[in-house]
Amino acid sequence: MSTTELPDRQQTLERMRPRYMQVFLTFARNSLVRDMTFRMNFILQCFTSISWTVMNIGFYLIVFQFTKQIGVNTGWAQYQFFIFLATTWLINSLVQAFFMPNAQEFSELIRTGNLDFALVKPIDTQFLISFQKVDWAALSNFWMGIVLLSYSLWKLMTMPGDPLQLHPVVFLLYPVFIICGCLIMYSVMITLAATSIWLGRNQTLYNFWFYLTNFSRYPMEIYWSGWGWSLWGVFTFLVPVLVVINVPARLLAQPMNPRTPWELWLTGFALLATVLSLWISRAIFRRALLSYRSASS
Amino acid sequence: MGSEVQYQPGHSDGAEKNAGVWGLVQGKLSTWWTMMRIALEERLVYRGDFALGTLMRFLPIITQIFLWSAIFMARGDGTMEGQSIKGFTIHTMIAYYLLTMMGRAFSSMPGLSSGIAQQVRNGEIKKYLIQPVDMVGFLLLNRVAHKLVYYGVALLPFVLVFWLCGGYFSEHFHSSPASWPSGSRVAVFVLSLVLGFLLGFFMEVCIGLISFWFLEVTSLLFIYMLMNFFLSGHMFPLDLLPDTARMVVDWLPLKYLAYFPAAVFLGLVPDERLWYELAIEVAWVLFFILASRLMLARGLRRYSGFGG
Repeated sequence: MSTTELPDRQQTLERMRPRYMQVFLTFARNSLVRDMTFRMNFILQCFTSISWTVMNIGFYLIVFQFTKQIGVNTGWAQYQFFIFLATTWLINSLVQAFFMPNAQEFSELIRTGNLDFALVKPIDTQFLISFQKVDWAALSNFWMGIVLLSYSLWKLMTMPGDPLQLHPVVFLLYPVFIICGCLIMYSVMITLAATSIWLGRNQTLYNFWFYLTNFSRYPMEIYWSGWGWSLWGVFTFLVPVLVVINVPARLLAQPMNPRTPWELWLTGFALLATVLSLWISRAIFRRALLSYRSASS
Repeated sequence: MGSEVQYQPGHSDGAEKNAGVWGLVQGKLSTWWTMMRIALEERLVYRGDFALGTLMRFLPIITQIFLWSAIFMARGDGTMEGQSIKGFTIHTMIAYYLLTMMGRAFSSMPGLSSGIAQQVRNGEIKKYLIQPVDMVGFLLLNRVAHKLVYYGVALLPFVLVFWLCGGYFSEHFHSSPASWPSGSRVAVFVLSLVLGFLLGFFMEVCIGLISFWFLEVTSLLFIYMLMNFFLSGHMFPLDLLPDTARMVVDWLPLKYLAYFPAAVFLGLVPDERLWYELAIEVAWVLFFILASRLMLARGLRRYSGFGG
């Protein structure tokens, strides 16, 4: 009897296993439908996030009126730095579109006890709470990043005298490290979100994320003096937010030939850091879930 | 707590008749004091969160120090000695950023406009119409209480950071023609901080009150925030702007929110212009007080409350 029933059971289990990609696409579609319901609001949101980027570039245009580069002989001149800036926008917009709205929601789920509903669903809890919402308007900065990146690259590659020459492999590696950067940022965010299970309220920790990533928005060379070294160490090895933007931006903007060994090490380290931070953050998240006590309604 | 603010028409009318003007003032004062005390207690509920949040606001100054050091170093090809941008040495620059933080601690009003707009939209504003409480006055006292708690908590970190960065100040005053602030300059500095608070408050109230006419002011508010960030001197000293832009910005009230107090303290404003500038700031404050009064009166006339 049991031998005839076993395949059936297997099939049922097979059917019950969630197809993560499909679930994610459904989430993304739902978010898009919701965004499109209030179309004017969506357009305004796009407009506002684009204005921030315009202001940002305005600041650096002013800065570069007074200096040729940032740091002594670092090679971060105007267009190299604009590549850096574009990389910042690319990574930040992806993080803001896919992870930010969910992290914001998470601390609310804890406070209200609604996390119960996520826990009982037959799907990985971390997946569910990480991808439920997509903020499509935030992606407008992604396109701004692409525009700035293309323009700066074109400027550098057609520069008279010493035009920038890039190996084709770089264009393959760049997206890979953009994704690595997003994953590191995601790990930091999910770790902070997990602590809200212990603390019950994490408004401050949420701001903390903003201030923490603030350190990642500049070329790492600026920290290479005096006590800046300790900051550099902390934000490279302990909380690896400094490699998030620096590594991909450097690939395009600083093709020193031959590459100095420390750059190779740094690039390799970025991969390692991605894997490690994902792994550690998941462990912390699971650990935190164990101490979750539902709030009564 | 609530019973003290309760309005008792018969009773207080009698008291006012007896005591005259003084009684009226006393009544008002005790109402204000109660409103402020409630706001203070409200603020102190999440003390730990508040203190931590205050400390973290100092983190961006660290990146600013490194960023500008790198810029000055690049200019001087490895040394910051003698390098200056439009009269700003590295020391002036850092001291400036620290001082704008102080200015912003007075003039920034998180959630004020959006709060007013929300109350207009969902009809909560009715409560000011049926209570003998002036809405703008209530909000102002609330803000004062909020700021007082904030300074109480932020005083220690501020003192610590200014002490740690004291070198930037002494280097600035050592190398620039300006001397350490005299008594009158300190007075103008303090006044400019207080006026900055009032200016920031009434400007945001006006923006919030626009919601009587347009229900959605989020985008308008955003444009204001953007301009505020960029043109108040919070992001960079306004002296770095190109000359024509500088002239336009000089005519806007935004510079009083961050740039002006810092410039006064650092001696970037000539002594003979100090009081003149301050008078213009007072005029701006009065303008926005009047505007907010007018808008509130006009707005309430066309307001119809929905919902409960």
